[in-house]
Amino acid sequence: MAGFQYFPHTDEDIRAMLDRIGVKSFDDLYADVPADCLYQGEYDLPDAMTEQQVRDYFEGLASKNPRLKVFAGAGAYDHYTPAVIPYITQRSEFITAYTPYQCEISQGTLRYIFEYQSMICTLTGMDVSNASMYDGPTAAAESMRMMVAQAKKKNTVLVSNTLLPQVRGVIATYAKYAGITIKEIEAENGQTSKASLEALISEGDVAGAIVPSINRFGIIENLDGMADALHADKALMTVYCDPSALAVLKTPAEWGADIAVGDGQPLGIPLCYGGPYVGFMACTKEYMRKLPGRIVGETRDKEGRRAFVLTLQAREQHIRREKATSNICSNESLMALWVTVYLSLMGPEGMKQVNDLCYQRAHYLYARLLETGKFQEVFSGAPFLKEFVLKPLVPVAELQKRLADAGFFGALETDDGYVSFCVTEKRSYEDIDELVKAL
Amino acid sequence: MSKIVEGLKYSDTHEWVKTEGDIAIIGVTDYAQKEMGEITYVDCPDVDDEVEKGGEFGALESVKAASDLFSPVSGTVTEVNEAVVDDPKLVNDDAFENWIIKVQMSDASELDDLMDASAYKAFIKE
Amino acid sequence: MKYYDKLIFEISKPGRRGYSLPEPCSKCQGADAIPATLRRDKAPELPQVSEPDVVRHYTNLSQMNFGVDTGFYPLGSCTMKYNPKINEEIAAMPAFGGIHPLQKDVPGVDAVYEGMDKALAAITGMKHFTFKPCAGAHGELTGLMIIREYHMSRGDTKRTRIIVPDSAHGTNPASAAVCGLDVVVVKSNVQGLVDVEDLKPLLDDTIAGIMMTNPNTLGLFEKDIREIASLVHAAGGLLYYDGANMNPLIGTVRPGDMGFDVMHLNLHKSFSTPHGGGGPGSGPVGVCEKLVPFLGVNVSGFNGNFGVILRAYAYILMLGRENVKLCGKLATLGANYIKESLKDLYKLPIESVCKHEFVFDGLINDGAREGKEGAATLDVAKRLLDFGYHAPTIYFPLLFHQAIMIEPTETESKETIDGFIEVMRKIAAEAAQDPDILHGAPHTTPISRPDETTAARNPILKYWDA
Repeated sequence: MAGFQYFPHTDEDIRAMLDRIGVKSFDDLYADVPADCLYQGEYDLPDAMTEQQVRDYFEGLASKNPRLKVFAGAGAYDHYTPAVIPYITQRSEFITAYTPYQCEISQGTLRYIFEYQSMICTLTGMDVSNASMYDGPTAAAESMRMMVAQAKKKNTVLVSNTLLPQVRGVIATYAKYAGITIKEIEAENGQTSKASLEALISEGDVAGAIVPSINRFGIIENLDGMADALHADKALMTVYCDPSALAVLKTPAEWGADIAVGDGQPLGIPLCYGGPYVGFMACTKEYMRKLPGRIVGETRDKEGRRAFVLTLQAREQHIRREKATSNICSNESLMALWVTVYLSLMGPEGMKQVNDLCYQRAHYLYARLLETGKFQEVFSGAPFLKEFVLKPLVPVAELQKRLADAGFFGALETDDGYVSFCVTEKRSYEDIDELVKAL
Repeated sequence: MSKIVEGLKYSDTHEWVKTEGDIAIIGVTDYAQKEMGEITYVDCPDVDDEVEKGGEFGALESVKAASDLFSPVSGTVTEVNEAVVDDPKLVNDDAFENWIIKVQMSDASELDDLMDASAYKAFIKE
Repeated sequence: MKYYDKLIFEISKPGRRGYSLPEPCSKCQGADAIPATLRRDKAPELPQVSEPDVVRHYTNLSQMNFGVDTGFYPLGSCTMKYNPKINEEIAAMPAFGGIHPLQKDVPGVDAVYEGMDKALAAITGMKHFTFKPCAGAHGELTGLMIIREYHMSRGDTKRTRIIVPDSAHGTNPASAAVCGLDVVVVKSNVQGLVDVEDLKPLLDDTIAGIMMTNPNTLGLFEKDIREIASLVHAAGGLLYYDGANMNPLIGTVRPGDMGFDVMHLNLHKSFSTPHGGGGPGSGPVGVCEKLVPFLGVNVSGFNGNFGVILRAYAYILMLGRENVKLCGKLATLGANYIKESLKDLYKLPIESVCKHEFVFDGLINDGAREGKEGAATLDVAKRLLDFGYHAPTIYFPLLFHQAIMIEPTETESKETIDGFIEVMRKIAAEAAQDPDILHGAPHTTPISRPDETTAARNPILKYWDA
């Protein structure tokens, strides 16, 4: 056989192995497969490339994509990634490890997940975090399922209109097949309407509600009183949040939430066309055993040394099968490490500084854009951090084209006909001035 | 050999019932706790929840397994044994002493379908 | 491996920093300008550490971990094959990493999705794939949603039950439940295959379809698959293929040709992307032609795990038309070789040629005697750790009480496999001689067996709980 660098078998090895098995050829190993299932044709794949050809091929593809400076958010944020993170997460002991079921040889993974859970808890103010979910939208959908499971007989979940469209979209998908009724809480001045929430609660059957901390307009919402309104009806509250912003914003716990979910991407994970990111999900102690996904806990080994294990596994699919709290198995473990290293490097001071920089630069862009006369304020005076919307007075396509031609990606059109911009600490004042000039 | 207590009623899903008037006191058998191994959590219903004969009312959990609990009678939960919720080991220590829930029975005749101690003993075939 | 007992919080000291950021403008307001009612009371309790502290801490943690690059994983149904390094380099290219998910006009990205779609279609016999699912179980859920959409589009709304074999992965029934389907279990026969006679009476007009893993979790090829496909199709149901065990079929058998309508692949199993200690994975779902209109189900935020898809595509291009044919065959060769080399010491419940994996039902002689408990499967697994191997998958499938499920993959050499066989034989001899040697294992790992019962009874789930 022609050699291939990932297959270690020599012809002699193959011969010896077939002999031990007592068969003559590979065909004998597939003798139990009906002949009409064996593929007889040629696989429609390219000829094998050498490693250098593969690298050249992808460099070619990469060069076809315009490299734009990102002034867009909408659920994916271009924060700076310190060099330490890829260095650590690429360590083969982390990246080539399996799920830490064999705890004796997985203490590295288990410890960083425990640290991750701790960090998610301090950011959200919640008691318990799981080991990660796929992304923010799926975490939100899981919170919907969790609230309905907890409510036993109630089957409606209220979803704020001000959540990002992809979050509402994935919630709607999961709800459809699970037979859960979704009702939309209206927006009022760009924020979740408390009156609408209360009206929907009074219609009955409400298991819980999902509302954003920072919403799709970039507005920091005031969730005061919402948890009380829900709890009075024995319904739960999930807050969807940006974990980077939580370093300065009121926590879901402070708003009275039972569950906090969101996407960990703003914690230094590259945009990478949408993934891999990491969903996070945390809750109060009361609902700990209803939480989906893996959870790491601390214990002792036989010699009394501190040790970490996957725990409360009776919730999970490999034990409970169809009665599990979720079907999730693989999650986004390595991205949880990514986030953990990021937060370790940043600390409370660094996180504050990132938010200060975002705030200042986003507000600078906001003011500069209004000066151009090409935009109007939409939600004047509404507090925002790094993302905001304006009403364009010129066609959106024209704005986007001018930006792209000048090397920028921004002015995303929202469902309401506004355009959104986002500024992170990676964008300098010079970048902002250039962007404004391009318009 | 698992302990079996005379005078109680038994279900084929390994719950025992003791009656005090129209209140059924429900727990799991010694056989069931042994099968589970070290119990780490007892999932209980809330007071005032309705239970149905043969319907699930909770679960026992161990590190690597979970086993649903089925109510031997229909009725309304009047009390939950918080002691076993707080310390599930009590069920391992003495499954008969440490009951799980009390139910106000809606139909005491349902008890007639359950096994007595000797029938249960034969059922588990130890 | 050495034991290292720090948590990042324990090396924190106020005043230290691990970041380097521009100074905020001193004349302008920062986040403190946000109304106090919207701000948190006190800063989060994150660690304060320097960059060298962080690097050393996580490097120390990594040294308590086992990975594919460290040693052999005979882990059944997990396909722990080698993770090529060129893939990492490609996934890390800044020109891919910097693209916002909502950016249009990205021909280089489109080419990756198109190329993958075409390649996976060629390998599986499916028509097209969606790449939105982020893992295998997510793919299962997506595939089941597609099945439901298909039935609903025909006004066939009463098909709300799905057949799942008793040997199925736990995710199958769990995914079905999340999709709002009731699970109907079909039994395995004595050969470990789906019992066609048991299946027949289950097939009525409430059945949405059947989920099958082929080869199944015993590593056995479901040789009646064509008959099963005709029966299910005749009853109006669809066939779902769980791609967790696709590896032995790559280059030899295509699910589409067996009659499957929908399937998922685990790129982090069959297509060499790293498992990452439990993700990120990618679970693309492929469908036959008539289901293509339903591929758009919206199950994740953006475009799936693009970084993982890039890696898998690089692997496929390295593999190419010729090498692909050997992939499954070499995996199957390794599994049968191990099975034949150990079946005199470990119980082989079903004597048959296997595919990429097989299942033993514990030791033939577990050493049990008066006053001494025999060595169980758990003990064998833990003892393997002492010899530098990862444990096999144990106590699954549920059909056998002492199940040990072994899968070597095609990237392990004969020497590696021979070394594993030798150690498995040594462990069997130890058990026969004194099972206590196994009961106490592992002895050489950073920690010994932990107290999992206490962990579950009194959960300590974050640093401040302890």
